[in-house]
Amino acid sequence: MTLIDLKTKKDYLSDTVKKMKPSGIRRFFDLASQMDNVISLGVGEPDFVTPWHVIEASFHSLEKGYTAYTANAGLLALREEISGYLENNFNVKYDPEEEVIVTVGASQAIDIALRAIINPGDEVIVVEPCFVSYAPSVELAGGVPVSVHTKSEDHFKLKPEQLERAITSKTKAVIFCNPNNPTGTALTEQELAAVAEIIEKHDLILLSDEIYAELTFDHKPVSLTSLSSMQERTILISGFSKAFAMTGWRLGYVAGPKDIIKGMLKIHQYTIMCAPTMAQYGALEALQNGRENVRHMVQSYRQRRHFIVDSLNEIGLDCYLPGGAFYAFPSIKSTGLTSEEFAEKLLLAEGVAVVPGNVFGESGEGHVRCSYATSIEQLQEAVTRMDRFMKSL
Amino acid sequence: MESKELEILQILEKNSRLDIETIAKMTQLKEEEVKKIINKLEEDKVILGYSTLIDWHKVSDNHGVTAMIDVKVTPLRGVGFDKVAERIYKFPEVKAVYLMSGTYDLSVSIEEKTMAEVAEFVSEKLSALDSVVSTTTHFILKKYKHDGVVIDGEQEDKRIVVSP
Repeated sequence: MTLIDLKTKKDYLSDTVKKMKPSGIRRFFDLASQMDNVISLGVGEPDFVTPWHVIEASFHSLEKGYTAYTANAGLLALREEISGYLENNFNVKYDPEEEVIVTVGASQAIDIALRAIINPGDEVIVVEPCFVSYAPSVELAGGVPVSVHTKSEDHFKLKPEQLERAITSKTKAVIFCNPNNPTGTALTEQELAAVAEIIEKHDLILLSDEIYAELTFDHKPVSLTSLSSMQERTILISGFSKAFAMTGWRLGYVAGPKDIIKGMLKIHQYTIMCAPTMAQYGALEALQNGRENVRHMVQSYRQRRHFIVDSLNEIGLDCYLPGGAFYAFPSIKSTGLTSEEFAEKLLLAEGVAVVPGNVFGESGEGHVRCSYATSIEQLQEAVTRMDRFMKSL
Repeated sequence: MESKELEILQILEKNSRLDIETIAKMTQLKEEEVKKIINKLEEDKVILGYSTLIDWHKVSDNHGVTAMIDVKVTPLRGVGFDKVAERIYKFPEVKAVYLMSGTYDLSVSIEEKTMAEVAEFVSEKLSALDSVVSTTTHFILKKYKHDGVVIDGEQEDKRIVVSP
């Protein structure tokens, strides 16, 4: 017996959800997970397990009985640490009492930031290729995503004039991730300043996704918030997933101007209440005593970055040196295949999983994302297989 | 020490079988430079050797025993503990000797085929040394972690195969 009238079932879903495209990564995941002996360069998270002292601190909090809700915005002690961390590492000051919220991953921070600022029909500029959730999150918040396509020949660096061309009278905000997933591109302070100038000139809000900031290899990490008077219009989004190897803990944070944070906190308290308490205690430990681990992990990523980039170039896949994150984004145009064809053929022929660049936006077409967050031995084997694949084409 | 030397040492300590080409890429040095650095580290006896970590318990016919012996000694005038340590470490069955702070002086690690052989070593060779005042022998029952490697540690990657 069914309680749903099948004839009208189509009307149960909202129009927004119905027109939302499923993530392009899903199909590829299904294909790869059915195969054995796959070497995956398709994983968007660290290969390190969370450092033990963090896990242990979280255990300890549970043992002591900290199993209840925390303040909506998160443990004050954690917000104070976050504030201190941002000041020490990025030279930006936030009041832990009124300008910081601990969130369920950076993803939730993006969601509540968009919902807090968007009126129906407002345009939000999404700089692509980018993390798959930005545009759908804008749509869910009632906004209209407007893509800016960074270019392969610029190594996917956002040019200020590109950004300016996309701005209309309806533009409310810009979402920008630096260093970038999937391109690994990290802008220098000077390049960021040029972007900031446009955002200030047009009086826009910036959602600055800085989740990969610690993984900046060739210069000191720079927060867009620290430039000029950007802090008054920037919502800084980050978290513990990438730098502290804590993806599964789902813990992020957002820092921003008091009035915006106040608005976001309303949504946060009604929809989430607070981020998981035991994860917050783990994060507190990570910030207090985790610097050495982060340094060690960054060093390891740097070595693997050089290995994968040099090796991809050697086997005929043109690849620039990405300045951050843990992704290489080689061009596969020389093969004459589309990104999806390349990724699928490579997976079926050699059991190496990479992610087609077009799932991160149409400007990613002609590239594939290779995560080098996997052991050097696995990377060696992946390169051997990819070399064989390239020669078979 | 230069940072590139240190970096190479850290890479080799994890996996000494990585080829020069890979190490060169990882450190952004030329292969020749990597070779030169490794040669120098070998000559300076910073790199003492390249051994293999083996879980002998997985090898049949190889059920030896390992004992750690706390040794109290009377240091000899002029040469201190070093001469006593030398007389102990020259026995090939002795795998490690450390000078310790605390309630005893030398920690001696020894591998033999049977407990009886360990007992014989302690009574006939170690205790027979004039400087040795007393010994306390501990047998290792199970190794959980050795040289930074968890024995029987789970190697499986717990991440999903593809994620955004």
